[in-house]
Parts: sequence; structure tokens; C-alpha cells
Amino acid sequence: MSENVRRVVSVIVVNEASVLSRITDLFSARGYNITSLTVAPIPESKYSRLTIVTSGSVRVIEQITKQLHKLIPVLKVYEHADLVEKEMALVKFPITENISDINAICEAYNGRIVNVGNDVIITMVADEPKRVEHYLEAIRRYNPKEIVRSGAVALER
Amino acid sequence: MQINGAQMVIEALIAEGVDTVFGYPGGAIMNVYDEIYKQNKFKHILTRHEQAAVHAAEGYSKASGKVGVAMITSGPGFTNAVTGLADAYMDSIPLVVISGQVPMSLIGTDAFQEIDAVGISRSCTKHNYLVTDAKDLGRVLKEAFYIAASGRPGPVHVDIPKDVTAQLGEFDYSIPVDIQTYKPHTKGNPRQIKKAMEAIAGSKRPLFYLGGGIINSNAAYEVRDLVKKTGIPAVETFMARGTLSFDDNLLISMLGMHGSYAANMAMSETDMVIALGARFDDRVTGKLSEFAKNAGVIHVDIDPASISKLVNADFPIVGDIKDVVNKMLELVGDINPDNYESWRETINNFDELHPLTFHENTANIKPQWVVKRVGELLGDDANISTDVGQHQMWSAQFYPFSRPRQWISSGGLGTMGFGFPAAIGVKAAAPEKISINITGDGSILMNIQELMTAVERKLPVINIILNNNYLGMVRQWQTLFYNKRHSETDLSVQPDFVKLSEAFGGIGYRVTTKEEFDFALKDAIEKNVVAIIDVVVERLENVMPMVPSGGSLFNMMLLEKKEK
Repeated sequence: MSENVRRVVSVIVVNEASVLSRITDLFSARGYNITSLTVAPIPESKYSRLTIVTSGSVRVIEQITKQLHKLIPVLKVYEHADLVEKEMALVKFPITENISDINAICEAYNGRIVNVGNDVIITMVADEPKRVEHYLEAIRRYNPKEIVRSGAVALER
Repeated sequence: MQINGAQMVIEALIAEGVDTVFGYPGGAIMNVYDEIYKQNKFKHILTRHEQAAVHAAEGYSKASGKVGVAMITSGPGFTNAVTGLADAYMDSIPLVVISGQVPMSLIGTDAFQEIDAVGISRSCTKHNYLVTDAKDLGRVLKEAFYIAASGRPGPVHVDIPKDVTAQLGEFDYSIPVDIQTYKPHTKGNPRQIKKAMEAIAGSKRPLFYLGGGIINSNAAYEVRDLVKKTGIPAVETFMARGTLSFDDNLLISMLGMHGSYAANMAMSETDMVIALGARFDDRVTGKLSEFAKNAGVIHVDIDPASISKLVNADFPIVGDIKDVVNKMLELVGDINPDNYESWRETINNFDELHPLTFHENTANIKPQWVVKRVGELLGDDANISTDVGQHQMWSAQFYPFSRPRQWISSGGLGTMGFGFPAAIGVKAAAPEKISINITGDGSILMNIQELMTAVERKLPVINIILNNNYLGMVRQWQTLFYNKRHSETDLSVQPDFVKLSEAFGGIGYRVTTKEEFDFALKDAIEKNVVAIIDVVVERLENVMPMVPSGGSLFNMMLLEKKEK
């Protein structure tokens, strides 16, 4: 019961000023965790979709969904059980590293080289958050200069 | 026809049937005050502090059941009002609080009297708005009133920049509220209600746990009916006082930290808790894992987030208490009151073992006696507001409440300084009743300036100070849990409250005997002016029984047996 679980919660909100603050204020005020958070407008609607990765006991997760729902501009809250979940990571490497090795690893994680500059290359992978972590583990030996993760997005199957 | 934003505010308030606004003007809200000056449809009561304006609106709302309205200016006007917003949020009181804001062009520039008001109020309101265009004002104000009063009630804050109140625009208040994302669930699920009633019928020691939601839902008389027809005993939370009448045989008393022995024992022994509009607050439950340990839980609440938040509900029912209780009443034939005879007997024995009482054994007036005496003399004729502390608990314990909305006190937030301005709002809402503020020598000084408001507007609130020269509740904890180190709680240095009241144009009494108290109260009522009755009470009296913070309900510190 008090054991922590990881959950992905999608929140459909009216796309209006300060709506994101309402969501994040709620999490901080009630002491809930945000592992990652992504937001973007839903095409051709007045709504935005937030994907929040959070963790907590089952009771806390239940409270999170209820409290989110209580916010006036919140239309729907989905606590996902069976979902497709993807996250993106961009990584910058020195051009002096072994590019073909890096490229091969990227391909194994749904990715590729997306930019080549004078001194650096940039790679992109998009995969399940767990797999993105594995990828980041695998490329450590190639001295990545910068890593950016997007946070997860998810859709119910 | 085009009107300006300030006129829209006035038109909206009139359309909402507002008859009283509490407030305090200032730079950013001046356009609206100019329109207040020009109209005669509602009255404006000038408090002497913005915090008091909001508390007065709360008192007004609690006594009347209507949405309370307060108006303040930007910056410090708003920040002063925040305590009131937070108080209303914690106690689910419907308010619309309108604040001025610096003009749009100055927002974000650290302008004079600028503060991010909606940023601050976000966490202590049900909802808030920053209105950036006068064309939105009508819709926003209409939504504000609707949101404040519907579902689980609460305060809504509307922040309006000064240029928006000057801006001209079309105004149509007849457009119905349509908020796609806000549809409160008011109708209880009949099947779930039926299951709950079967569970009650199958239980041996059921107990009603009545909460403040009943008062908000105006369902007290339906609940009285339900309690009577089922023969099931009931405990009330602090917020629910007055739901059942004090002389109802099935009312045990208040439960919780300062609840009666019988109420707390009943909760500990019950096998079926029927929670109606109560939220299992820590001051009620004590140690959660021991709370109603062997009981099933039926939890009726309009706020789904309140259900299974702290105690798991076996029968969750989301809905308005009135609707759900009415549906329960239809099924009440399945419950046989005779089944609970021995349970009622058990509870009566608890009560006989340790009744809720106090010892009359010293030369000094006991604070509890004052509360009891006010009850004997005024009973149903008075509305009782309080501040926060020992006097508040004694009031909740010993006043004979006979009706809902008679009891006005800051429960969730526990705001000292609430009582007097709230009692002013109560008097404005219910002039036919005597408005009493039972207070302490600590609390009264937190909004003492409201003597001026009450005197000016001829709102004859009677403040009864249970004066023990201590910040009594903190002193009690220090005595019990801090080895009597009374850190900063000795309030021996005091103003002359009689002269203080007189200085503002009220009357005052200093009382040291019971006879003097009777005289003072009767005299103050007869003179019908603002009064302070400063009652010198036993200094070291403790509020008992007491469940120490975090302890189990059944583990109470009890009133010591009468010393010889």
C-alpha cells in the first residue's frame, strides 16, 4: 500500500494563461513528485495535453488524479495502465569520437545522427524511457558533451 | 449600450442579488468605488482592515448561506486579504473577492502597489481570474459566483487591472454559465446508496459522523430526520455544530481532539461509520491507523477528492448531501432502530462514566460557565462566532446549539482575529439575532480595529472575552507537553478593554463575578450597541478532554476528578 509506484498521468486542460502554474502549484503544495512533464497544445482545439510522469503510493496517485480533476480548467485526467510511452533524447558528441559506432548504437534505439557541425555531432533517439536510459548508459564511453531529455509522452493503447 | 468595467462589476453584483459588500478602497480599485458611490442597490460596509473585510464576508456567508462578497485594492490591500481567502478555502465558504490590480501596461514592472495577486491566491482559492479585457468581465464574474457556490463551495478571487475597470465594452449578464471543464457531481448514485443502506442495516454499532458539508448543503433538517428515523447515534465535527439540536437524544457530542469521551469512544467502537460531509481531519481522527479501526466506512461527500483521502471508504458516495440523504430517507424502512438499543445503551454508559463537564470549584469564574450561561440566557436567539483557542473549544463543547448556521468559527485554518469581523458579517446577514463573539484576550487584539466598523455601521456585536491573561491554548500545550515552560504566552500586560471599547464609541464591562456577567450581558443586549464584556476567568483552566496530537481517539486525557 505504501509502496511507491511509477505512473504516467495525462491531463487535458484548457489552453489558457497560468494553467500550467495551477498544475505545478498543486504538485508542490501537496508534496507530490513530478519526474517529468511535457506540455503541448492539442491540434485544432482549445485544449492542451500534459503528460506527467509521477510516483507515489497508490493512495497518493489516486489523490493526484482527483486533485487534478478538481482544478477548474482541467477537462480530463487519465491515469494510464496500458500505454505506448516514448521519450526523446538529444546528445552532443565531439566529432573526434567514433561516429560509426555512435550511429550504430543510435539505430538500435530508434535514432540517428541529426546534425554534423565542425566540432560536434548531435544524435537523436526516441524510445521508451527505460530504453532511453539504457542508450544513455551505452554512449557514456563516447564522452557526450551535453544530454537533453524531453520527458515522456504517452497514449493509451 | 457600452458601459465601463467598473459599472460592469456593479451590474454583476446587482444581478447576483448581492445586498452587502465588505471592503476597503485604494488606488487600483477606485474606479469601482466611484461606481459604488453612485448606486444604491447594495450597501458597502467599510471595514478597517482588508483581512476583516474578507472575514466579515465569511461571517455573512456562513450565517446567510449566500455568497459573501469582499472588495479590496491591489498590493497590500490584496495581501492583507489573503488570510481571509485561505480561511474560506479551508472551511469551504463561498466568497467572491474582487481586487484591483495595477493597469495592464504596468503589470510586471514592479509598479506601485503591484503584487502577483493571482499567483498568490492560486493555492488558497477554489479558482481565480486575472481579467485582461472588459469584455470578459461579465462572464468571469458570473462564473466566479457559480464556482464559489456550486460543488464544494469555496472562495473565488477576481483580480481586475485599473484600466480594465475604465475600459468600455458591451455587457450581457444573461448568458448562462457554461464551463466545459467544471461539472460538479451532485446526484448520489442510487445503487451505491442502496448498498450503503444495506450495510447500515447489517451493522450492529453504526454511527453517524456529521460534518460541515451538511451545513453547506443546507441539509441539516433532512439529516435530523434521517438520524431520528434510523435511531442511529451521531457525533458532530466542530464544523457541523448545530446540525442536530443540542437536546437531540441521539446526538452524542463533538468528537476529536477536544471531543467528548462518549463521542470519541463511540467512534472507536463503531462497526459502521456513516460520514456525511466530513473530511477525516487530523484534529478529528487522531492517530489514523487506530481511527474507527474495526468499522466499515460509508463516505458521502460532494468532493471526490475528500473520499478515501485519509481513510479508505468501503462505500464511497459522491453527491450533494441533501440529495443523498433524501435518497437514504426513501430506504429508511429497511433499518430497524430497535436493533441499536444496546449500542445506544453502551454510548450512554460512556457518557455517564465521563460526561462532558467542568468543575465549579473556585472563587473565579470558569470560562466554560460563561459559555454555558450565554447559552442559558440566549440559546436560540444568538448566533455565536468565535476566535481561535481555548475559548473556541469551550464554545464548541458547551454552547447549546439548536440550529444550523448558528455557529460561525474558523475550523480548518484556525485564524485568530476571525471572530469579531465574522460576527459583524453575521449581524449584517441576520440582524434579528443577537451576534455574539466569544473570544480570548489574545485573539481579540488581532482585529480590534473593527470596533470602529461595528460602531459606525451600528452592528451591535457583543464581544465576550474569556480573559485568562494567557495565550491560553498554547499555554495549555506548554503546560502539558513542554514542562510548563510558558514561552511568550503570558499576556498579563493588557489594555483596559472597557476604555478601549469606549474609545471607539462602544460600551465595555469588566466582569469578575457571575452576577456581574449576567448584568453585563443583559445590559449590553438592552442597550443594543457594540460591546466588550471582559470576563476575568480562571487562569490555568485546560480544555478537556484532550487527545494529544497524533494520539488515538480512545486515549484521552480526561477531566481530573473533582478535588476536595
